[in-house]
Amino acid sequence: MSQDFPFVGKFPLSDYIDAGLDWMTQAFSGVTRGISTVLGGGVETVVAVLSFPPPWVVILLIAALAWWIAGRRVGIGTAVGLLFLWNLQLWDATIETLTLVLFATAVAVILALPLGILGGLSDGFKRLIMPILDLMQTMPAFVYLIPAIPFFGLGQVSAMFATVIFSMPPAIRLTILGIRQVPGELVEASDAFGANWWQKLFKVQLPLAVPTIMAGINQTIMLALSMVVIAAMIGAGGLGSEVWRAIQRLQPGDGFEAGIAIVILAMILDRVTQRIGQQRKQQ
Amino acid sequence: MQPKIQVKNVTKIFGDHPEQAFELLEQGLGRKEIQQRTGQTVGIHDVNFDVDQGEILVVMGLSGCGKSTLIRCLNRLIEPSGGQVLIDGEDILQLSQKDLLERRRRKFGMVFQNFALFPHRSIVDNTAFGLEIRGTTRDERHGKALEALKLVGLDGWENAYPSQLSGGMQQRVGLARALAADPDILLMDEAFSALDPLIRRDMQNELLNLQARMKKTIVFITHDLDEALRLGDRIVLMKDGYVVQIGSPEEILSSPASRYVERFVEDVDKTQVLTAGAIMRDAPVLASPKDGPRTALRRMEQESFYCSFVVQRDGTLEGYIWADDAAEAIKRKEKTIEGLIQRDHQPVKPDEPISTLIQMLADTRIPVPVVDDQGRLVGTVVKSNVLAALADNQPDREGQEDDTADGEGGGDEKAPAESAAPAP
Ligand SMILES: Nc1ncnc2c1ncn2[C@@H]1O[C@H](COP(=O)(O)OP(=O)(O)O)[C@@H](O)[C@H]1O
Ligand SMILES: [Mg+2]
Repeated sequence: MSQDFPFVGKFPLSDYIDAGLDWMTQAFSGVTRGISTVLGGGVETVVAVLSFPPPWVVILLIAALAWWIAGRRVGIGTAVGLLFLWNLQLWDATIETLTLVLFATAVAVILALPLGILGGLSDGFKRLIMPILDLMQTMPAFVYLIPAIPFFGLGQVSAMFATVIFSMPPAIRLTILGIRQVPGELVEASDAFGANWWQKLFKVQLPLAVPTIMAGINQTIMLALSMVVIAAMIGAGGLGSEVWRAIQRLQPGDGFEAGIAIVILAMILDRVTQRIGQQRKQQ
Repeated sequence: MQPKIQVKNVTKIFGDHPEQAFELLEQGLGRKEIQQRTGQTVGIHDVNFDVDQGEILVVMGLSGCGKSTLIRCLNRLIEPSGGQVLIDGEDILQLSQKDLLERRRRKFGMVFQNFALFPHRSIVDNTAFGLEIRGTTRDERHGKALEALKLVGLDGWENAYPSQLSGGMQQRVGLARALAADPDILLMDEAFSALDPLIRRDMQNELLNLQARMKKTIVFITHDLDEALRLGDRIVLMKDGYVVQIGSPEEILSSPASRYVERFVEDVDKTQVLTAGAIMRDAPVLASPKDGPRTALRRMEQESFYCSFVVQRDGTLEGYIWADDAAEAIKRKEKTIEGLIQRDHQPVKPDEPISTLIQMLADTRIPVPVVDDQGRLVGTVVKSNVLAALADNQPDREGQEDDTADGEGGGDEKAPAESAAPAP
């Protein structure tokens, strides 16, 4: 035990944070319960729908989608990878994780786009949000789990909350970057023809920022996937909980199987979303 | 008649404390000093001129003298620090944001130095941009965009993307985009400066042709006096942010208002000084009318040239023949090349200035023959001779440093002395 700080007692930072969180839990209980119901219900429904048909049907559908977006190689790779996961008896866990990651990404993007656009257009807002983004990304991801539980209880919604906060920064950052990268002369040209701010945004700035924004979304998905093991600690289920169980029982083989499953999922999502960005760039 | 555009005492100062700069301007201090003392940049100072309906007004001056700032003050892309800009008698600077956007949509079309086309939009969607902003329906704006593209000779390209077009074509799109919404006023900021000299000349001619039909009010910015003289009904000469002289091309040339203008005029037109005689080379291949086609063809093959000039024994220029025709004549077993001689060549005298040659070479596939007073062939000129001569003969610029560019505004623009030179 080190010596106490002289003259003044401990600054009660944790007490303040706790008190603040308590107050917010109370004040927003209606809102959080609503969010819980909607998101929790949404995730459950999608998982149920995807689990209903035989796995090979779902695998074929997903592979076809990957093929259509990213071409033959990625399509075939997707099919092979998913079939392998099925073979490892990890199909249900895969579906759960995939759904959770896509939901979390969707929420993150819905929040990130307007924030990123604001940051792209306004220097003041960018100055304000940049340190917050740094904080969000450097804070150990575990910490987000703790306030999530009083808000949303144990389970998938809390896991999503933590995942969204942790994975959102790159989408915001790259949206800001994408908007700011648009050549000044093109913005000037749209001004010269009398475009108002939203015409400028939707006809010039956003379309030109799409490849960069897609790169941000890609990173967001990867970060969301990296959260699945941590999220499993509060009952998110899926591949993360397979890993978590293996850790607790000291079963390295099972742990590796689940780990490889996460890698395969990551590769599929990565290739497909990368491709969306590139297609736009080529035009 | 009321002028279309009236610019009154317009000043633009870049920086946070324009009032400090204003004070020093009142005291008669120069741009450099004000920059040093206050950190404020004087973009333009106390500019006054009118532009009449249907007139092409050229604003010219060296890089950094405030041309771009001035033209952007006309549609308030840059907010002037003081003065008035009247369009049809209405002070643009007093308009609300909403009215300003409305005026930009209806009255102004703008063409930019580096084209500023939208890379994610097809040519037709680029051209229709202004109409789209106005809220015109899809069919109508596409119809008008296609018309505008036709006007600039780009029909058939509407579904291409800007990156698929050459620089000259891209700027035609830029012009079409400005014309599609049928504005009264065209603002053209160094619109042709990024194009190479021959294409640039084409575009200038085309602009004049279009203008003859459309009678827009055009404010055209350039740093090239040749271009200014060719296009301008009147020319506004600027230096270091203020206007030095306003006048017709003749007035500018015959009575330069200051030493600055004089220098501009002095070395403006090397193309008038360099002559055919100075840059011509010996004809690559020669033949005589009595030569057989086989001999003539072999000589052309030896020199790897696709045609040959034909001269009489005393050197008088007769005409020229094509290598292809000679080959045909061999098959037909003709004895001499006399029947093959083409006579549509246009000979020039040795004292012909290069400026004429540039234009002739753009229209012809054979070298331009140079003949003396007796009609004897003394040499020929091909395109590369002209370009090489223009590139070699840069006058020494050291001596004019003090009186010309202040070095600001980037080195992307050439000084007038170099304006006719090809890109390196
Ligand atoms: N946004 C700006 N902020 C500060 N200085 C500027 C700005 N725009 C132009 N200037 C300065 O104003 C002067 C005139 O520039 P500009 O109008 O672009 O000249 P030109 O078009 O004749 O080359 C230059 O010295 C330039 O550095
Ligand atoms: Mg300029």
